[in-house]
Amino acid sequence: MADVITYREAVAEGIAREMRRDETVVCLGEDIGAAEGVFKTTVGLHKEFGSQRVWDTPISEQAIVGAAMGAAMTGLRPVAEIMFSDFLACCWDYIANEIPKVRYMTGGQVTVPLVVRTANGGGLGFGAQHSQAVENWALTVPGLKIVAPSTPADVVGLMAASIRSPDPVVFFEHKGLLASKGEVPADEHVVELGKASVARPGDDVTIVALASTVPTALAAADELARDGVNAEVIDLRCLVPLDMATVLASVQRTSKIVIVEENPYQGGWGATVASIVADEGFEMLDAPVKRIAAACVPLPFADALEEQVIPTVSGVAAAVRALAAY
Amino acid sequence: MTEQVTESQNNGAELLDLYERMVLIRRTEKAAYDLFMSGLVKGTTHLAAGQEGVAVGSSAALRPDDYVFATYRGHHHAMARGASAEECLAELMSKATGICQAKGGSMHLTKASAGMLGSYAIVGAHLPMAVGAAWSAKLRHSGQVAVAYFGDGATNIGAFHEALNLAAVWKLPVLFVCENNFYMEYTPISEVTAVTNPAADRAVAYGLPSEVIDGNDVIVVRDAVARAAWRAREGEGPTVIEAHTYRQYGHSRADPGKYRPAEEVEEWLKRDPLNIARTRLESLGVGAETIGQRESRAEQIVAAAVDAAKNAPDPDPALALTDVWADGGAAWRT
Repeated sequence: MADVITYREAVAEGIAREMRRDETVVCLGEDIGAAEGVFKTTVGLHKEFGSQRVWDTPISEQAIVGAAMGAAMTGLRPVAEIMFSDFLACCWDYIANEIPKVRYMTGGQVTVPLVVRTANGGGLGFGAQHSQAVENWALTVPGLKIVAPSTPADVVGLMAASIRSPDPVVFFEHKGLLASKGEVPADEHVVELGKASVARPGDDVTIVALASTVPTALAAADELARDGVNAEVIDLRCLVPLDMATVLASVQRTSKIVIVEENPYQGGWGATVASIVADEGFEMLDAPVKRIAAACVPLPFADALEEQVIPTVSGVAAAVRALAAY
Repeated sequence: MTEQVTESQNNGAELLDLYERMVLIRRTEKAAYDLFMSGLVKGTTHLAAGQEGVAVGSSAALRPDDYVFATYRGHHHAMARGASAEECLAELMSKATGICQAKGGSMHLTKASAGMLGSYAIVGAHLPMAVGAAWSAKLRHSGQVAVAYFGDGATNIGAFHEALNLAAVWKLPVLFVCENNFYMEYTPISEVTAVTNPAADRAVAYGLPSEVIDGNDVIVVRDAVARAAWRAREGEGPTVIEAHTYRQYGHSRADPGKYRPAEEVEEWLKRDPLNIARTRLESLGVGAETIGQRESRAEQIVAAAVDAAKNAPDPDPALALTDVWADGGAAWRT
């Protein structure tokens, strides 16, 4: 049995399933309790689990993530919400200096099994400080697992794996996907971290995508199919662990790769994927490695401007066509 | 109120133990300084000589399962919770037998098995962590408290304020213990802080009780922390303790601390926590010979620790790629 629910509902569903399973799972964040989250991604949690499991916090990102870290060291499995991923900058010390390093620098004495979940990405017209795709920020720091699902089923399955992970996870929920719908298995559903999925099989060109760029890539692949170009779309699901085995196996067949990212081209995660393909897959390639990423500007407010910056279906299709011609 | 055995009741036996522990830390810090100056400790050190009273006094008032979090000036806190001189010095000397396997260094001494959950080198960062540990204790109904030790300089960073507010709002069993040594690195704290008591005067803003105490009197510290821990365990919430103390070395490494007036240094050296404890012991009738025996024992322990650390092996190079993840490994991709 599978129910069709929204990506937004899947977030709360994924958390609720883990809270039912494990009483050490606790949530904290701004407006997540009685208000049920500004994005309505924590609907029902406070009602079901009460104020001892779901805690409203002040607007104090350092205290939220720092407290989650202290709680994780001492027997709890906290799930901390940072309302917009842009606000990770307010608690960046914890994400960059504290959480990913404490196990290593104590010689393995301390572990921090926690999840920092956050609404990421553009497409909703929130402007420069509430629209960024910042998964590449997290990728700069060794010691963090990085998850960014594209479907409701993956939200539930990856949330389960993230909360059960003994390592810290940054979990990016894409704002542009919150209203999208999909089937979610009614029973226990866990998607192992670090396993990419082939969202659409194909033999001509490999398109690597993540979160919001998965539907973009799939739409482009549909358009290309009408022209006789058969693209394979790989949904990475996670940036760490990064499933390069799946990517390289696909490139082995297609000899061509396009990487589609929402974060800016400069320092974007696709550069890491591209460098590994160039290093380890050079002899598989029949064409340049192509990256489609956001323009290197702050996110503009107007839709007409934002769509100039973020990757589009037509932009991806054009890039794939150019590669297919090689 | 926790039962505190008074010194006269036990003929100074407890105080004698605390004194020996402070001497052990003092001698270890001296050894660390000498080893640094002779090039056997690399990087940096932030020595706590002069501040032993805060660490040893507060540890005496805590349960073994309580949590403590320290700063990069944290050798005394690790040792007050039971870390040995040898494992600390070996860590400073980059040896395999170091308390963090030589992966942390002077600024990150940690003894998790004794509830000493780390020394953190980003100013103020560990205050929210202590709040989280206290939150965890509260949710688990464990009766534990968490203690964050921090310097006066940390009171001007945002994490301090976010931590105090959240701890107050959630009424958590956490103690904020400021070691006010009057200098944020090289600058007098009074020159960069709008209030006289950098920690205690801020507590008011968060509705928290506070005490300003003599941090160089180990008994005063013990009793103040015992009161605060009792309040915390009773569900009465956090307390801010501002303990006046003084570092006898400079801020770090070879800093001679010349920015501090000579008269000020001289005045504080008279109020050395070891002197204060010794005077208390003498007034309790503990003889010079007994005190001397404890001092000798501490010296012997540190001398042996220095030898052992010097002779310990270097870390296995393979350790560089371990313990990023809980499975012990460092793999990030397939």
